[in-house]
Amino acid sequence: MRDPFYRLLDQLGEIGLLTVEVVRHLFRRPFEARLLIDQLDSIGVRSLNVVNLTAIFSGMVLALQMGQFLAKFGAKIYVSRVMGLSLLREMGPVLTALMIGARVGAGITAELGSMKVSEQLDAMLALASSPVKKLVVPRVLATILILPVLTVIADAIGLFGGLLIAVTQLGISADFFYTSLVQNIALSDLLSGISKAFFFGYLIAIIACMKGLTVTGGADGVGRATTSSVVAASISVLVADFFLTKLFMTI
Amino acid sequence: MDAHDPTAGNGAAPGAEQLPFIRVTGLEKSFGGKPILRGIDLEVRHGETLVILGGSGEGKSVLLRHLNGLLMPDRGTVIVGGRNLALLDEDQLAALRKEVGMVFQLGALFDSMTVYENVSYPLHEHSAMAEEQIHARVRELLAMVQLDGVDGVEELLPAELSGGMKKRVAIARTLALEPHAVLYDEPTTGLDPLVAHRISVQMRELQERLGLTSVVVTHDLKNAFVVGDRFALLYHGKIRVSGTADEVRASRDELMQDFLKTAL
Repeated sequence: MRDPFYRLLDQLGEIGLLTVEVVRHLFRRPFEARLLIDQLDSIGVRSLNVVNLTAIFSGMVLALQMGQFLAKFGAKIYVSRVMGLSLLREMGPVLTALMIGARVGAGITAELGSMKVSEQLDAMLALASSPVKKLVVPRVLATILILPVLTVIADAIGLFGGLLIAVTQLGISADFFYTSLVQNIALSDLLSGISKAFFFGYLIAIIACMKGLTVTGGADGVGRATTSSVVAASISVLVADFFLTKLFMTI
Repeated sequence: MDAHDPTAGNGAAPGAEQLPFIRVTGLEKSFGGKPILRGIDLEVRHGETLVILGGSGEGKSVLLRHLNGLLMPDRGTVIVGGRNLALLDEDQLAALRKEVGMVFQLGALFDSMTVYENVSYPLHEHSAMAEEQIHARVRELLAMVQLDGVDGVEELLPAELSGGMKKRVAIARTLALEPHAVLYDEPTTGLDPLVAHRISVQMRELQERLGLTSVVVTHDLKNAFVVGDRFALLYHGKIRVSGTADEVRASRDELMQDFLKTAL
């Protein structure tokens, strides 16, 4: 029982230290805009397909289930507002974060991990440059910036999926779907989802970078770190989601 | 005799030639409670090449990594160019690393970058040179390691290079910032004997041409004698024998003699 507990503490410590390093390097000149743009492209733009597919099918499934359930009470007309709430507040940010955690988190850990085991990180230090500044800062910053954007896109695509099902399967008009949605959804619903996405972005990226930087023991180690990075990112997204939801409800 | 030495003012204190460039005293280092280095004393003079010999797992690379601050000692001091590495802050350590370059075992080239990008990386990072100047400098560096004859080498990725070429590119990248000293980690390991010999000859030439101070870690004794001025045998975390080629050859130390026999 001691060991896993200490390992967890150890890793939390690593994450804390890395966060301090990232913040410190963030304000040190020169600012590496080029590297940030590269990461925004590879983390954000190239994740669009995954996010879009996840969102449209989740939206459609949600509409189907809700439609059938609400129809029992003759409350089919509420489908758009139920969808709006659950997508904007929960499913949009969480599903997007889980997909990005798997796609981007694994990628970051594998990339930094293999650089570590092939001594490229040491080579960077030996050339008087900083792996945190060159590799970690752009990745963390890009993930934090891009996840809210992807979340908004996922919200929109998910709602569109719901609309498709509502019109074709539930016999609700597009007009009504839209009006009921706009009337019942507050800006705070959207904002709560977006602010969650910022946190999730930070968690995914910092965990992935930490796991990559602390890889030991060759290709085998890179594999293990990548797996554990995805697991840790997914779990922390779900745990953080609970606490953030609780927090936003009290505000 | 001119009282004004034209070479003065390059940062070296008066009489610096007499002081060793690197001085290690009482260096101890453990990993996970396991002692690797148990009290190393070592000196490297200006312009000489010290070869640290020893079997695999003796901590040669660990020792080397203390000389540019990639590792910090548990006990003892490492003084390089008059500076105690343990007392340097991040920026001072970075400045020192520009003076003391390192060539890694398998080259450690950035595998997402081309040869050109690898060699120009330190120049882009640390110099205010224009792109044309950088280009000229990269060509000069590649010529220094005799890669200028290879067509289109600048655009190749590390994965497309042979082991020997990787090492040459790594040496070129290290020399880009015109260091005073270069640390080589197993420069000939994993290369075929002919290439290993060529790399060693080249290291020797570069050392003489650029006046480099070098520390080479290796278990390849044959090539050690090609590159080295002085030799030190690392065994069980301590320097067991040290001296010039003739001195270590004449040493009565059993282990050193065993080691020498393998080179025949």
